[in-house]
Amino acid sequence: MSAEDNAKKGKGTVFVRMEVCKGCSYCIDFCPTHALDFSKEFNQKGYHFPVLNRAEDCTGCDLCGLFCPDFAIFGARWKDLDEKRQQAASQVEP
Amino acid sequence: MSESLDLRLALAETELENPVLPYLRQDRIPHIWCPGCGIGSVVTSFAEAVRRSKLDRDKIAVVSGIGCTGRVAGYVDFDSMHTTHGRAIPVATGLHLANPDLKVVVFSGDGDLTGIGGNHFIHAARRNMNLTVICVNNFTYGMTGGQVTPTTPSGANASTTPYGNYEYPFSLPFLADAAGATYIARWTSLHSRNVTQSIEEALKHKGFSFVEVISPCTTLYLRRNRLGDGVDTLQYYQDNSILKHGADTRETAIDFQGKMLVGKFVERQKPTYLDAVNATCAKLIGDDYQLYGKTPPEKEAEKKAAAKGKKKAAK
Repeated sequence: MSAEDNAKKGKGTVFVRMEVCKGCSYCIDFCPTHALDFSKEFNQKGYHFPVLNRAEDCTGCDLCGLFCPDFAIFGARWKDLDEKRQQAASQVEP
Repeated sequence: MSESLDLRLALAETELENPVLPYLRQDRIPHIWCPGCGIGSVVTSFAEAVRRSKLDRDKIAVVSGIGCTGRVAGYVDFDSMHTTHGRAIPVATGLHLANPDLKVVVFSGDGDLTGIGGNHFIHAARRNMNLTVICVNNFTYGMTGGQVTPTTPSGANASTTPYGNYEYPFSLPFLADAAGATYIARWTSLHSRNVTQSIEEALKHKGFSFVEVISPCTTLYLRRNRLGDGVDTLQYYQDNSILKHGADTRETAIDFQGKMLVGKFVERQKPTYLDAVNATCAKLIGDDYQLYGKTPPEKEAEKKAAAKGKKKAAK
């Protein structure tokens, strides 16, 4: 999932590695703003993985990343991401 | 414009990886733990604690025994050792004594640490061996089929006690406190940030530090006892855990689906095993004895102190 698809609706976003998700629903049930939902599709192992259906609600707090037992999801704030990107870009173009 | 966007996307793909992944052997992921198991959350907390503590990654060794939690040594990207059942602490003790510069972390389950290896656990705590022990307590032997462990609460159903457990369980913080551990904390897998903080403190603590993390076993313990799935258990942790720092460890027993105390119970300073060895040998041999197992900064500080003392004596 590309981060640019969400077009920076909320304060942050989540990144999902759907191929390692086991569908335990911790991220979905414990999301403080209830921004995540189960996907309609299955992954390779036959689990439904989380998708960011209400991107405008996501604050990038990374609580999903803390709870995820499968290292499949993490959240980040746009502010931090932009800073990181600028740093990386300045390193690439001297 | 399009070039810069391409560059940004390329950067995005390289830099945006899960912050835990650098600490894992990625060729072994996905792991074997069941959906909803709490061990993965504890590994996330451990990785975060190591990142925050800024320890040298080559100076950390992870030792674990057999069992679901015993798999951790195979998944984390540190020097690690997967030992026989219950013998994680003896191996860790040997590692620590042979190379005192190493920070040895024992990562194991309740059955492995306090059932099979209970003797080793109490004696490492008694000697105040400089180890960090993280015990993921899921109240059952998960990998071997849900047998009863020393921590299974009375009345709970296990595959070896199908009519309910009639034994009295261990309370691990009380056991560790009575045996002489110098840092004891208990959390549940819901308290991720507290677990991170406790592991960070335990890594910095000098002496036997013990962090118990209560975690759901969805496939065996929860299913046999009809307690729902992992989400229900985390909800139960949220409703029934009582934060009490510095609580008397005699009050920390857990009844079946009862209230549980969480928090940092004990933190005190005591000479470690190597300190005691050094003190005894220095008393026997005198000034010629070279202290064993001091870290380089400690040795330098002692040299400086000795030099200062000599100068003062000369004056």
